[in-house]
Amino acid sequence: MLGYVLRRLFYAIPILIGVNLITFALFFMVNSPDDMARMQLGVKRVTPEAIQQWKAERGYDKPLFVNEAASGLGQVTDTVFYTKSLTLFAGEFGRSEDGREIGREIRERMGPSLAIAVPTFVIGLGLTVSLALFLVLFRGTWLDRTGVVLCVALMSISSLFFIIGGQFLFARVLQLVPISGYASNPLVAWHFLILPVAVAVVAGIGGSTRWYRTLFLEEIGKDYVRTARAKGLSDTAVLFRHVLRNGLIPILTGVVVVIPSLFMGSLLIESFFGIPGLGSYTIDAIAAQDFAVVRAMVFLGSVLYLLGLILTDLSYTLVDPRIRLK
Amino acid sequence: MTISTLFSTLNQSLWVWLATDVLLWTLFVLFVLSVLQILRSPLQRAVWQKVFRQRLAVVSAVLLAVAACFALLDSIHLREPLPRATPEAPVRYSVEVNSVLDLLLVDLRKDHEKTYSAPLAVTLAALEPVTVALPDGTVEVRRQAPRLKVAGAAFPPGPVDDVTYWLDVLQRVGLGALGGAMVFAVFCILVLLLKRAFLSQQNRNQVAWRWAAYTLGSVCVLGGIFVGLSSNFHVFGTDKVGQDVLYQVLKSLRTALVIGLVPTLVTLPLGIALGLSAGYFRGKVDDVIQYIYTTVSAIPGVLLIAAAVLSIQVMIDNHPEWFATAVERGDIRLLALCIILGMTSWTGIARLLRGEALKMREYDYVQASRAFGVSAGQILLRHVLPNVFPIILITLVMEFSSLVLAEAVLSYIGIGVDPTMFSFGLMINNARMELSRDPVVWWSLTAAFMFMVVLVLAANLLADAVRDALDPRAEGQS
Repeated sequence: MLGYVLRRLFYAIPILIGVNLITFALFFMVNSPDDMARMQLGVKRVTPEAIQQWKAERGYDKPLFVNEAASGLGQVTDTVFYTKSLTLFAGEFGRSEDGREIGREIRERMGPSLAIAVPTFVIGLGLTVSLALFLVLFRGTWLDRTGVVLCVALMSISSLFFIIGGQFLFARVLQLVPISGYASNPLVAWHFLILPVAVAVVAGIGGSTRWYRTLFLEEIGKDYVRTARAKGLSDTAVLFRHVLRNGLIPILTGVVVVIPSLFMGSLLIESFFGIPGLGSYTIDAIAAQDFAVVRAMVFLGSVLYLLGLILTDLSYTLVDPRIRLK
Repeated sequence: MTISTLFSTLNQSLWVWLATDVLLWTLFVLFVLSVLQILRSPLQRAVWQKVFRQRLAVVSAVLLAVAACFALLDSIHLREPLPRATPEAPVRYSVEVNSVLDLLLVDLRKDHEKTYSAPLAVTLAALEPVTVALPDGTVEVRRQAPRLKVAGAAFPPGPVDDVTYWLDVLQRVGLGALGGAMVFAVFCILVLLLKRAFLSQQNRNQVAWRWAAYTLGSVCVLGGIFVGLSSNFHVFGTDKVGQDVLYQVLKSLRTALVIGLVPTLVTLPLGIALGLSAGYFRGKVDDVIQYIYTTVSAIPGVLLIAAAVLSIQVMIDNHPEWFATAVERGDIRLLALCIILGMTSWTGIARLLRGEALKMREYDYVQASRAFGVSAGQILLRHVLPNVFPIILITLVMEFSSLVLAEAVLSYIGIGVDPTMFSFGLMINNARMELSRDPVVWWSLTAAFMFMVVLVLAANLLADAVRDALDPRAEGQS
């Protein structure tokens, strides 16, 4: 087991290097650092000296891959690719455009992101699984059909409408909760969290419920279910004792992949509700065209995704003893 | 604008073929060709009859077709000639690029109000100081909502009383609905005549034709009502700069369709080629392709798109000389967005097809053709690809709705379509500020919401119907 995990972690390295190469190509080769400098400095202050200074301040004045001028190992290390991309592996994210340390910013903003993402994930999973089970219990009836159509309708509504509509209705018209904001004190924070979590849960209901319903229906057609029913078990007993347990396997292993990504936060929810998490950090960076932050977030996101893939494989062995990892 | 003036304008103008225009029309031609192909083969026809026997599928298909008509009309662009000083002077064309749809909707487009006005309103939604002469001769400045410039021109100046207003609205609704119904009736008669001439009686009722007629009829009547009301009102009100919201929504349809369809031109070749060869060849090829798609899917989609769009934006900003008009610049950005969306979304279909190819390469008929010495390319093209075609089609239709929804989110973040264009995302983005105004400006958001939901819902329902009919694994479910 440990050997497997170590090997998978080792395999992740070439993928992360690939991720770095792609982002590096996007940021430095499609547009030269000169273009970036010109954009950041604005039209008025662009002089060759200003561009040079901007690049030197941020270390963009080095050659991209190979530094001919340096000697020895410096030929590789004294380059933009090494200092800006490979150092990400060591957790050195550098500084953002306004001079703040990105690593510290990320650590500070993880808390608020998780405060939204974890409740959304847990409540959403519980709710959608129950709803799917409910639909399966009434399969073939008008209740099931209406439920499926409702799910498709919910899927067809952009999450932006849920956010804007929810904010307008509950915060502005009914004034039940504040429109946006955040507090680090948990006793106060739940005021701010309740609406974003509710909106995020509702926005995700349609797709997951329908998907889980299909999974349960697949399970219900299997032989052991027929056997259980032939023994004389009631429909509900079969559903809760047999189908639910076995149907949860693909559901749980399916959601494991997103668990590490919860750290990244939700882009839309955070920026609409003014939560100072990583999602709104990313959005602000994109809006300010802060390439250093975007690069750091891309790296963080892919690390968490790969972690999710490894956890998924591990979760298979936990729920299904027949699977052995070699 | 009458048909004859439209044609004479088309004749004299300089046609501008934007990149996305060409791609959209190419897709349309491909679509027509595949429909002809389906009609020729009895087997295919039977499969598709299974799809269109479902009422919801027919209703969705008709709605999507109507949206496609608007998008296609909006994809013929031209620059109108400027009036010449002397008959001998060389023809100069205006820098404004219009589409055929713009020419048809000229009444909605040409005049602006001052600012916001509610749907069917005759006054602005904002108060302005107005000097009123009182009966006793004194003059007083009051804050009241002034009459609109364009809407309500049929009423005499001054306040409009409720009875005249509602009579006028009802009259226009009635006349419009009647006109729409007549257009629909003429269309039905034409179709029936054609059907009698070409189709044999036996395959009647295979398809829910009646529901197609109901939907088209409703769309015609609704369209008639809109046309009727537009002659004196703004059906969905006006936005901040006083532009008709109905016009914006209709223009947004093209953006939504381009975003939903054009990325597939990138997704399909990449996904099919890489997915099938990974599954079929296994070994080293599989390792390399798996590495590529794991890498691409490891990058958070929004960030990859943001990075790419930002880079391209920098490139566009640094080379203003590449583009003759603002529309062309916006179009290149839209095309770039489509390509990027395609580059980020091929991994799903590749993974799916890899699994299928892994399974299929062990099938007897594939083994047999390999034993006969058929080349790998031929096997993939002739034996594997046709069998995974349903999966490809289902993924495509499902992708459409997720791409349309993604456009809204991307435009909100500021990495979507060019702000000079019309799109649902940009409308929603603007509406966010409007809801906090007093009085609340809800109409832009509502109009964008309605059109977008109908479009995406239709695509989702069609995808469900196609999956039910085509996917053998989904048999017996739902």
